[in-house]
Amino acid sequence: MSRRPEQSAVIRGIGASEVGRRLPRSELALTLDACLEALADAGLDRSEIDGIATFPGGGFDSPGLAGPGAQEVQAALGLAVNWSYGGPEGGQLGGFFSAVLAVASGLARHVLVYRTVGEASAQGDAGRSRAMSFQGTTIPGFRKWLAPFDAHSPATWIALHAARHMHEFGTTRDHLAAIALNNRANAARNPAAVYRTPLTLEDYYEARMISEPFGMLDCDVPCDGSVAFVVSHVDTADDGPHPSIGIEGIGWALRQRPLWHAGPDLTGMAASDAAAHLWERSDLRPADVDQVQLYDGFTFLPLVWLEALGFCGKGEAGAFVGDGSRIALDGELPLDTGGGQLSAGRLHGCGLLHEACVQLLDRGGERQAGRPAVVAVGVGGGPTAGALTLVRR
Amino acid sequence: MNARLVPEVGSDDAPFWESGADGVLRLQQCASCTRFQHPPAPRCHHCLSEDIAFTAVSGRGELYSVSVNHQSWLPGLEVPYAVVVVAPDEAPDLRLVSRMAGLVDPGAPPRIGDRVEVRFDEVDGVWLPLFVPAGAGA
Repeated sequence: MSRRPEQSAVIRGIGASEVGRRLPRSELALTLDACLEALADAGLDRSEIDGIATFPGGGFDSPGLAGPGAQEVQAALGLAVNWSYGGPEGGQLGGFFSAVLAVASGLARHVLVYRTVGEASAQGDAGRSRAMSFQGTTIPGFRKWLAPFDAHSPATWIALHAARHMHEFGTTRDHLAAIALNNRANAARNPAAVYRTPLTLEDYYEARMISEPFGMLDCDVPCDGSVAFVVSHVDTADDGPHPSIGIEGIGWALRQRPLWHAGPDLTGMAASDAAAHLWERSDLRPADVDQVQLYDGFTFLPLVWLEALGFCGKGEAGAFVGDGSRIALDGELPLDTGGGQLSAGRLHGCGLLHEACVQLLDRGGERQAGRPAVVAVGVGGGPTAGALTLVRR
Repeated sequence: MNARLVPEVGSDDAPFWESGADGVLRLQQCASCTRFQHPPAPRCHHCLSEDIAFTAVSGRGELYSVSVNHQSWLPGLEVPYAVVVVAPDEAPDLRLVSRMAGLVDPGAPPRIGDRVEVRFDEVDGVWLPLFVPAGAGA
């Protein structure tokens, strides 16, 4: 069988900074913490790093969302690279996927990929509204079709999808709660998670309503933090201090119109395109997957990904998740083992990718879910998505 | 009602934002393949024809989705209000994000399937097409 380009690359090392609410360290300091840990974990000296990539990169003007750009981090680490990239399009895994392709094409041998957020500090006491205020200006871009109608937040944008899914398929808030409770239960076993106090169904229903059907506990937690990866050529996979992680397949397709609420069917999202693309490339099938790390910016999104990836039929994710036992750490398909963004912190997809690696390296400690051979990762909501299968080598 | 955020009006979408000046909603329709599209664009995304114009529609439709929002995202933003996705009668596969004018009556929130009609809210020369329950009167 011929090798797919992504199979020419492996994840050789991972790193993470402290993650929390309003940390005293700058975004750049957090980034360097994560990058240096990833370098050490890969067993590489910085002189061996010849590529650097991130999402969304410098110049992205949403406070706290972007983190430092690739050139800023390159300069701070004193790297000499043959290739660098940062770009806001292509989804949250765009930096990582680009690194994989750079390695596969021979442009670089060892690429440092990172993702940093400083949303907790940027939002300050005003919460999310401060970071999204456009008052005094006119609204450009895709938000002009949303904000004038007081659809200000992704909570509302995605709530419109969730409400339709509930209407068509009988999905309930109990199903959404099962995701929130599952992820908090996992976070309780993850010392790095932001929120670790276990939740009850009562807590879930008592939480303040945000945008129906989403209450406070349906929304992920903005944080400060950084995660990093060293993506290396497969020829060097066995040269590090521990086994590298294989990249079995990637899905990066966008086949529907990449606009918010373009429809006509809003019960699904771009996730279905990325998932279809993944299974077109992969030699694996959903039945081969031992656990999933699925984007949980809102509780509804893992349901979208479960359907998109084919773990259940269209409209069936609510029933599939049920009371949550199936997706628990000891269930048949553990989901968001580190607590996800809902409880561990909103590292914007890359925290889930990091957790997939933690599990494949058997470093999960109290939250380790067996000894997975295959982990599927699905990242994104609305009109952006990326998916991949990671394998134990 | 509330201090509204105003869209940046461009040459491709100005007719949409200015349409409500005479109380009529206009959606972009392709003269070549007859299909509607939203948001407006320089060409029809179905057939790529440039022969595309803004067609007056009834302003009536059905709620495809609803989210009652309780969070005041901006200073002075009154809640609860309903953000809606409307399927216009003339283009039932089109999805138009808007909001219901006014606040939500907790005893009778708008629901998916409800019939609605357009009600314009003018801000700085931009006519925002909001919606009210069908037959709600002026």
